Amino acid sequence: MTYSNKVLDHYENPRNAGSFAQDEEGVATGMVGAPACGDVMKLQIKVGKDGIIEDARFKTYGCGSAIASSSLVTEWVKGKTLDEALTIKNAQIAEELALPPVKVHCSVLAEDAIRAAVADYKKKHGENK
Amino acid sequence: MSVDLSLDFFSLFGLPHRFNLDETALDRAWHALQTEVHPDRTAHLPNSRGAMAGALRVNEAYAALKKPVTRARYLLELAGMSLEAINGNTVAPEYLMEQLEWREAVEEARGVNDVDALEQLALRLQIRTDGVIAQLAEELDGQRDLEAAADTVRRLMFLDKLRLGIDDALAALDN
Repeated sequence: MTYSNKVLDHYENPRNAGSFAQDEEGVATGMVGAPACGDVMKLQIKVGKDGIIEDARFKTYGCGSAIASSSLVTEWVKGKTLDEALTIKNAQIAEELALPPVKVHCSVLAEDAIRAAVADYKKKHGENK
Repeated sequence: MSVDLSLDFFSLFGLPHRFNLDETALDRAWHALQTEVHPDRTAHLPNSRGAMAGALRVNEAYAALKKPVTRARYLLELAGMSLEAINGNTVAPEYLMEQLEWREAVEEARGVNDVDALEQLALRLQIRTDGVIAQLAEELDGQRDLEAAADTVRRLMFLDKLRLGIDDALAALDN
């Protein structure tokens, strides 16, 4: 299997790799994993007082497509409200990165990570979905 | 001698449908069947293709039953659980966070060529894996709680991946 140039670019130059401190103001964490391939993905968002996602970080243990998918969504969620972030769909991620069908599940994982991070933020801030 | 392809893997070896299995009995039954269906012995038979399918089936069954994670998955499948139901559900975030920390520790140890640290991680992982396997035995053979067992299988799958990562790191440092 060959990776697309966009996947390679994110893999070689990951955007926003790393972590925020869990207790930092406005930070929420989404943890997801795919048992079948053993991939583990952590996506953190930092939400400002105005409800806009100011910044994001990811840490992913998995294949190149999983790393690229999570790197890409850290860029995409920035500047969005929580509800806008939830409109990001795995199909858009897969299309942007030109993922082959066998790697589409990596983009699903990244979408799940956004949902998990937003859910964590709402839980911490007492908003019921 | 031909293999009855309609038998499930446990029945093929004459073993009970249990997660806790007598590995010596499995090995013995496998060797016995393998000898019977070996292509060298069956190639002259009129139905040698059928015999070949039997030999493949015997090896597939052995591979599936030998490893705890695939044995547990096979028992869940026999009980009617779909692959999507086994693989599809997620695992508790706390568990995933812990997995991430383990992977970070492996990466860090590998980065500084710390073989001792990797071996300690391998030991801790072994203890953890043994505990998870004991839990699976209880859920599959004791309580027959399939949903709980599926969750435990998913956890075991992450541990197996971690094991590969540690082995890979140790092999890389050996060279």
